[in-house]
Parts: sequence; structure tokens; C-alpha cells
Amino acid sequence: MNLTHDLSVWIAALLTLAVFSFLYKDNPLYKFAEHLFVGVSAGYYIVLNLWTVIYPNMWEPLTKSLRGEGVDAARHGMFAAELGDYRGWLLIPGLLGVLLFTRLFGRIGWMSRWSLALIIGVYAGIKTTGFAQGDFVAQVQGSLQPLWTGQAGSSLNAIIFTVGLMTSLLFFFYSREHKGALGAASKLGIYFLMVSFGAGYGYTVMSRVSLLIGRFQFLLQDWLGIRG
Amino acid sequence: MKREFPLMITAAVGLFMILSFFVPHQLVSVPADFLQQSAIVVVAFGYVLGGANALKLNAETVYKRNPGWIYKLILVVALVSTVEIGVAEGPGFLDDGKRSRWIYDQLYSPMAATMFSMLAFYIASAAFRAFRIRTVEAGLLAIAALIVMLGRVPIGDLATSWLPTSLQLPTLQEWIMEVPQNAAKRAILIGAALGVMATGLRVILGIERSYLSGED
Amino acid sequence: MLRFFENLDRRWLFLLMGLLVLLPLLFPLALPLTVSPRVRNFHDAIAKIPDGSTVLMPCDYDPGGIPEMVPMTRTALKQLFDKNCKVVVICLWNGGPGLVDRVVRSVADENHKVDGVDWVNLGFKEGREAVMVVMGQGIANAFPRDYKGRDTRSLPIMKRVRDYSSFPLLVSISSGYPGTKEWVQQVQSRFHLPMVAGVTAVSAPEYYPYLQSGQLLGLLGGMAGAAEYEKIRDEKGTATRGMDAQSMAHVFVAICILLGNWVQWRKRKGGTA
Repeated sequence: MNLTHDLSVWIAALLTLAVFSFLYKDNPLYKFAEHLFVGVSAGYYIVLNLWTVIYPNMWEPLTKSLRGEGVDAARHGMFAAELGDYRGWLLIPGLLGVLLFTRLFGRIGWMSRWSLALIIGVYAGIKTTGFAQGDFVAQVQGSLQPLWTGQAGSSLNAIIFTVGLMTSLLFFFYSREHKGALGAASKLGIYFLMVSFGAGYGYTVMSRVSLLIGRFQFLLQDWLGIRG
Repeated sequence: MKREFPLMITAAVGLFMILSFFVPHQLVSVPADFLQQSAIVVVAFGYVLGGANALKLNAETVYKRNPGWIYKLILVVALVSTVEIGVAEGPGFLDDGKRSRWIYDQLYSPMAATMFSMLAFYIASAAFRAFRIRTVEAGLLAIAALIVMLGRVPIGDLATSWLPTSLQLPTLQEWIMEVPQNAAKRAILIGAALGVMATGLRVILGIERSYLSGED
Repeated sequence: MLRFFENLDRRWLFLLMGLLVLLPLLFPLALPLTVSPRVRNFHDAIAKIPDGSTVLMPCDYDPGGIPEMVPMTRTALKQLFDKNCKVVVICLWNGGPGLVDRVVRSVADENHKVDGVDWVNLGFKEGREAVMVVMGQGIANAFPRDYKGRDTRSLPIMKRVRDYSSFPLLVSISSGYPGTKEWVQQVQSRFHLPMVAGVTAVSAPEYYPYLQSGQLLGLLGGMAGAAEYEKIRDEKGTATRGMDAQSMAHVFVAICILLGNWVQWRKRKGGTA
């Protein structure tokens, strides 16, 4: 064992153990670590968005545009915008961003809806086309596969795949009661869905255990200096 | 107009975003790009708002000396200190040697990682106490889970290496993932895509208005 | 015995889980790994791109994903640097930029690659899908300054980079949302940029349809995928070293499921200790 002399690593290790102490029972040490984490996280997110988005994507180009300058040195003018170089027009998102803070003040809080409306409009549009192209069209296209591939094994797999896809889709069809043929098909679909949930559970176990392995590797190697 | 104007903004912006997917002309692409850049900036302001709101709520608890106020004081002090240090250090606040970087590496990072790692313990406990096989469906779920869990790790390979290849755990695991699991996941993907498209259109057309919460 | 299991305090299970993960880390079993086709495809997709190309590598994760994501990032970067590829790194997760920079910088330094010339970390940008779409019009439009605050457009590596058409491949390493799914929807589908992905195990099953449809050329799933990738590359990284503990933990959870159900079954039958 070769215990580290780095105070920072000791602090990180002790905070790790403080969080783990919750496994025994809730205690002041855990509560301290938890509240410290929430406070640091909230503060970090504020600073991060300030210096990585608001400053380089809005403030800097906006203040530059007051001198008539922008990305393209050949173009002059506060509102002489082009693709990727919006200069003075960045006043609009700046103003909308500030209007968001009116939510904290009840009487004028309705003004924040304009900012929300922009966000919702942009993301509703982007997500609609993204899901349509990436998840709907491409996936349906990928499902149109030949059921006979020339080999018995892969053909059987293709048939099972197609049956599973159709019956699982039918399970989500709620416009008619699941009786008769539809009922039988959706019952089969449930079985396929249960297999997928089971597989998902297996992978979830792997993921969670990996996180624990990572913490133990930190405590053993970085803190205690033990190499396995 | 307090509700109608935002709805009009959503509709106009949303339809423009959809149009920009199909029309590459700069009369459409430049304003669309500007709107997307604007959304990026406004969302960033939203995070600052979120932090400010957290500060407001917890500061009230400390001021009123509500139960647990000592811990809320720790939260407030941590938040304010992190912001002050980060703002003072400027755009390079995450550079090596900076105090903000130390806060990130020694406070934020280890605690974030540890919070998630606790789930490993709960998953074991839940497997013993809550995972009940009482129906055919649950049985299928359990069998699939066991095959995938053991087939995905070296010990599953080792334990069944004496069996014919088609019966070994890794082979069964691969088949489950490639065929039945894949089929069901694709069905979920397609179904979810239809749902998102429908909801997106409802929001853009003003039928879905829950984001305009509150009176007026 | 039945009563013992019925009344078992869950903290004993926590302790057992902890020991079964800890002991293999201290005393490795070196269980053999088999490489799966998806991981092989991930490796081959990178191997096929022309040497010296510039590759986009979004690293969308935070400290919660270190054990799974960092080994994948390191191994993928090494493979790219071995091909003299230039790498443009970004991060769309709030908690990620510091971690991603440390990982990328350490691999770049090990491989004697110059920041701004052979690789660049453009840093974090809030906005999720909107950032992805804006990058389609110009990478530097979304990231006017890089992680270190330098003007992106002035960097030598960015002279060859305009938009997605400048890259032959996108290597997405992601923990969740925003991540691989959004890159597939907004970038692969819209701009037809070939993609491979390294994802957490919890999200890996949902990407199998993308593999089958050809939207993803290869997939690393969780620590097992990272370990298999390390094996192809002949490395013994943290993922490989963690697989023994992974094996033990999985066996333990499997036993918990079976034992828990046996206890309930005996109880229903009216069995006593």
C-alpha cells in the first residue's frame, strides 16, 4: 500500500466514502456531502454556461458589432449579418435570455413565455424532423428485409424479427380493443417486449456495476496506491 | 396577447425549423441558423436562471431557519463560492491550476461519480427482494436478463465453453440482442417517433400549450 | 433457513456486493475475453478511413460515466492518432468538459500530438440538438472559441474543417441524452455522415436497431465493449482490468434473482426453516 500524500485526493476519497456511508444509513456526513454536491453543481452550471455560451456566442460578437466588426473582416456594420455572423442581431437572444428572469417576479413573469416560446418552437421543429428521418423513415426502411436469405438460420431469424416487430407494433395500437386476432398478436408482442426489457435489465446491471468498479479503482489506485 | 403572442412565436419558429429541413436556400437557412443560435443562448440563460432559483429557494430556508437549514446553508455557501470563483477566473476557469478546476476535479467529479455508483448496491438488493417471477411474461424477462447478464461477461463464456457453440451463453446472448430484443426495440423506436412527431406538431400548431403554465 | 433469507437485512447484500467487486480488483482472475462483431466493426470502421483525415469526436459524458466512457475515448483516440488522423473533440454534457479535456490531453501528450494542429478540444456548448444542427452550417459557428478560449477559426486544424462534409467519420462516445441517438437523428440522417458509437451499457440495447439499419457502423456497449476494444488494440486498460469484478457482480445478481424467487416460492408453498 502506498497512501497518497496529495490532500486533494484525500478530500475526493473522503467525500466518496461520505456518500457511500448512506448505504449503512442516512447520516449527517452524507447530508453534508449531498448538499455540498448540489451547491457546487448549481454554481458550476451557472459559470459554465456563462463562459462557454453567453460570453463567446453572444456577448463577444455583440460587443464587437458595436464597432461594426464581425467574423468577416470585409463586412462592416452592426447589423451586416450573414450565415454564422449575426452581430447586432444577437441583441434578440440576449434580450430574450434576460426576459427569462422575469419568472422570478410574479407580476411580470408572463414575459418569460416569449423566451420559452422560442426554445419550444426551435426544439419542437428540430425534434420532429429528427425523429421522422432518423427513427421513423430509416427504421422502417431497415425493417424491409428479405425473409428468405438463402440460409435456413438467417431466414428464420429474419422471420422471427419481422414477426416480433409487427406484433410489438400491434401491441401499441390502442384504437381497437385487443381481442381476437389483434389480441393474440399483441400478446405475442408483449412476449417480445418482455425479452427486450429483460435484455435491457441485464445491460443495466452491467452499467451500474461498472460505475461501482470505477469508484473502487479510484479508491484503490489513486488514494491507497494499491495496483491489482 | 399574453398567451397568443408566445403561441404565434412557437408556431412561426417551429414551422420555419421544419421548412429549413427541406429547403437549403439561404433565405431559409440563414434565419433558421440564427434562430437555432438564439435558442442555444436562451437555453444557457435558462441554466443561469435555474441556479438563481435554487439559490433563492435555499436562501429562504436558511433565512426562515426551517428544518435542515444548516445543510441548506452549506448548499448556499458552496453555490455562491463556486460562482464567485468561476466568474472571477474568466473564460479559462477550467484550466489546470485554477481554483474552479480544483472544485470540479476534487468536489464535483468524485461526488457525481459516487452518487451514480450507489445504484449497483440497490440493483443487487432489488434483485433479491423485488424481482418476482409470477407470470409467463415475468419469466421471459428473467430468463432473458439472466442469459444476457451472464453471457456478456467472461465468466459466462468460461462456464459454457464445453457446450456446442449454438448453446453457449455468449451465442444465446448475441441472438437475443440481435433478433427478439432488436425487433421489440425497433417497434418502440418507431412508436416513439410517431409520438414525438405528433406531439411536436401539436406544440407547433398550438394545440399543446402546457409549456405556457400559469394564469393570464 | 427460509426465515433467515426472509429477514435478511439488505445491508448484508450491499456488503457482499462490495466485496465481490473489490476482491477481483485486488486479486485479478484474468478471465478470457471474446470480441463481439459490433466491437470489431467499430474498430474496422475507424481503420478504413484514410490516414491523416480529420475526425469529429463528440464526447458526451460526465464523471458519472468515467469507468465506461474514458477507456473507450482513450482507445479510440489512440487508434486515430496511430493513423495520424486529426481529431476535433466537443462535449455537449454540462458535467463533462473538464473531464474530457483531461482525458484527451493525456492521450494526445502520450502520442506527442500538438494541440491546435493535430487535435483540438472545442469544449462544451449548451443547446443539445440545436448545436448539432448549427454545426451543419459551420463547426466554428457553434464553437467560435475552443476550450482554451482561442479563436477557433485561427487554429491550423480548423483550416481544413468547415462543416460535417469535412469529416469522413463521426465517433460518438456518449452516456445518454444528448448523445448518440441525437447524433444519429440530426447528423447521420440529415447530413449522411458515417458514424460509430461507444455508449453506456444501460443505453446500448436501444442502439441495436441503428446498427441493423446501417445508421451506425459499429457499437461499443459499456465496460465489456470497452474491454473488447482494448483487446483488439492489445491494451490492458481500466476496462479490461474491471471485467473480472464485472463477472463476479453479475453472478451475484443472478444468484440474488434466483434465491429471492426461491424464497418466495417456498413461502407460498408454506415451507418453514
